Amino acid sequence: MNNKPKIKIQDLNLYIGKHHILKNINTQIPEKKVTVILGPSGCGKTTLMKSMNRLTDLYPEIKINGKIIIDNENILNTKQNISKLRQKMGLLSQRPYPLPMSIYNNVSYGLKINKKWKKKEIEKKVEHYLKQVALWDEVKDRLKEPASRLSIGQQQRLCLARGLAVDPEIILADEPTSALDPISSQVIEEKFAELKKDYTIVHVTHILRQAKRIADYVVFMYMGEVIEQGTATEIFENPQKNKTKSYLKGLFY
Amino acid sequence: MSKFKLIEEKFFRVLMFLATCLIAFALCLIIFSILYKGIPSISWEMLTQTPKGGFYFGKEGGILNAIIGSLYLSIGATILAFIIGLPVALYMNIFLIKHKKLINIIRFFLDLLWGVPSIVYGAFGFTMMIFFGIKTSLLAGIIVVTLFIIPIMVRAIDEVLKTVPVGLLEASLSLGSTKSETAYRVFFKQCIPGIITAVLLSFGRAIGDAASVLFTTGYTDHIPTSLSQPTATLPLSIFFQLTSPIPEVQNRAYASAVVLTVIILIISILSRIFSKKFQKNQINF
Amino acid sequence: MLICLILVIILPFVLGIGLYLKSTLLLEKVSIFNLLFSSEWKPLSGKFGFLSFIISSLWVTIFALLIAGPICLLSAIHLTQYAKSYVLRIMHPVIDILAGIPSVIYGVWGILVIVPLISKYIGPFFGKEISGYSILSGAIVLSIMIIPFILNILIEVFKTIPDELAEASLSLGASKWQTIKFVLIKKAFPGIVSALGLGLSRAFGETIAVLMVVGNVAKIPKGVFQPGYPLPALIANNYGEMLSIPMYDSALMLAALVLFVVVLIFNFASRLTIIRMERNL
Repeated sequence: MNNKPKIKIQDLNLYIGKHHILKNINTQIPEKKVTVILGPSGCGKTTLMKSMNRLTDLYPEIKINGKIIIDNENILNTKQNISKLRQKMGLLSQRPYPLPMSIYNNVSYGLKINKKWKKKEIEKKVEHYLKQVALWDEVKDRLKEPASRLSIGQQQRLCLARGLAVDPEIILADEPTSALDPISSQVIEEKFAELKKDYTIVHVTHILRQAKRIADYVVFMYMGEVIEQGTATEIFENPQKNKTKSYLKGLFY
Repeated sequence: MSKFKLIEEKFFRVLMFLATCLIAFALCLIIFSILYKGIPSISWEMLTQTPKGGFYFGKEGGILNAIIGSLYLSIGATILAFIIGLPVALYMNIFLIKHKKLINIIRFFLDLLWGVPSIVYGAFGFTMMIFFGIKTSLLAGIIVVTLFIIPIMVRAIDEVLKTVPVGLLEASLSLGSTKSETAYRVFFKQCIPGIITAVLLSFGRAIGDAASVLFTTGYTDHIPTSLSQPTATLPLSIFFQLTSPIPEVQNRAYASAVVLTVIILIISILSRIFSKKFQKNQINF
Repeated sequence: MLICLILVIILPFVLGIGLYLKSTLLLEKVSIFNLLFSSEWKPLSGKFGFLSFIISSLWVTIFALLIAGPICLLSAIHLTQYAKSYVLRIMHPVIDILAGIPSVIYGVWGILVIVPLISKYIGPFFGKEISGYSILSGAIVLSIMIIPFILNILIEVFKTIPDELAEASLSLGASKWQTIKFVLIKKAFPGIVSALGLGLSRAFGETIAVLMVVGNVAKIPKGVFQPGYPLPALIANNYGEMLSIPMYDSALMLAALVLFVVVLIFNFASRLTIIRMERNL
């Protein structure tokens, strides 16, 4: 891997109660590329992603050992304010979860949380990010309406704008198009292709075709372990491990 | 600014913790006060004798009239409510199973009924009694209390039956032969603890309620020997005797309070045990 | 089976109609407006103004809600968001037992603990010499009685909010408390209102416990330390004289009818809101 790694994961083990969910994960996420975490349902990829921004803290049954190093800081063991760290990463879930407020307030939520901005500045930022996800024209006349009135595709783009508004360096996307129609999915994929110039993107999916379309790097997981990782070309055209080969042939999902 | 936010969060966390503690504390305080005041009055005579010399003024005797009266009343009402309520719950969950909307409307209806205060039932019962010329009696009390606990009984049993999957119920009841008999027995075995919980819950409400029996059962020193006689009940035993100027009479009220509280606690514990059994035996389809 | 079902369905209608029929005697003589808004209560002279009772009922109920509401909301958030899971498991039986304690027992406890508390400590603290039988006592006892109902619903409401919503807020940099304040409570808001509505209707109809501590004086109370006389207490206390004074029974049945209708309306609105909210999630 030539690029500078943005995230380094070393000897990560995660337990939910007695179950060993993530086993000795060692991987690196390169900067400003799209890294796809690929694998069948239930292999632990979502859990791995959630541990990257310590959302796992929400669940007291989860125990984690190991290191997750972002910008030379082990976030699992840090003294820094975890909220600040989380703002480095934007999250896009499987289903869009608009906050129970207006479209405008959804985008400005992250901004207002930690800093007092001038109203004009917020307005500019909201417009900028909505434009970035190609939503501005559709909603500019109804910014004060509740976000729940948007279609699912629009909501997901809103969540993307919302996540970008806090100026993250990393985008974590957990199967972000699985609830969307093909057109909305395409829009999201195109956006990711543009965004990778400025952001490091970690994309979890179990859809092989999508991975092939967008991945620069691939981490293949199965049953809580990293089986193989490398560039997209390496993995898709020349897989080394048997499990990888079987998965790519479509023998299990 | 973030310092302020940290303080705010800490403040509310403490407040929330206190709120939960307050609620638990309230329960302990209530049970403790009742037992503290009432246990000294509990004696063998208290529990096995009826009041002598009038329940309001008589110094001698105990609360047997109330204990037996309450048991007659509550058991009678519970049985009656069960006889009427079980078919309703079964009907809802078996014959109407295809009409989801109708079932939900009925459930909504019953939930509304559940919320009607018992005094409304009591007032209504009283008018009916006058209309039909029934005197204050055990029978009148049983009828009114039955009406009062029917919504509870039906909904509670309904909640139990709801968990059994459709196919099993239909198969067992429509076929009625070998294969389904086993299924029937199996699911029935599943439901029985839950149904027992429902019955216990209704019984608890029946025995503890005062407003519905206030107008309808009257009050007396004696243990009723027939349905047409008035009867004493534990709630009214407390209510009427608490304000007596004579301490012995007051003690009877406190003793009744203890007996009633103990009965309720036992019912709570029993229904927890049964509902745990219900959950353990549930086959998850 | 069908007969039983029909019996159960027509029950509320029979209740309502029966009470209404009994009240018509009075309604023919005096307009409903006069009855509800006059505070003159002299049954012997045929004056039946319900206002003081309605106001007493409102005072006790609203105060009970003011006490129970915040306590339940704080506790529900604590139990669902912060506390370890065993705490919630312990609290479930606590809540169930509180819900099962009969009204009279609460009344006895009120007389044993709350009334002396108010007359000996709280009253004098505010410079008042009172017996302790007051709106405040009624409100305190009532608030504990409605806590189990409100708390159970609130716990359910918070439990049904998807975790991912909290995750979304956290990943935008909000702290747990900020998430609760700005996202969770907002999302739960219809449920919170319904829970309070159900608590209110339970409180409004509660008879015995309140009756035992509230003083039963038929005047419009001017302050929380004064005695009151809520509507259910009116019915309970006077059923004895009902038949001897003309139209008294009609008046009391009307009171019961008013109670019935008010409770029904609040229940209906609250439950409908909860159903709508569950559908929208």
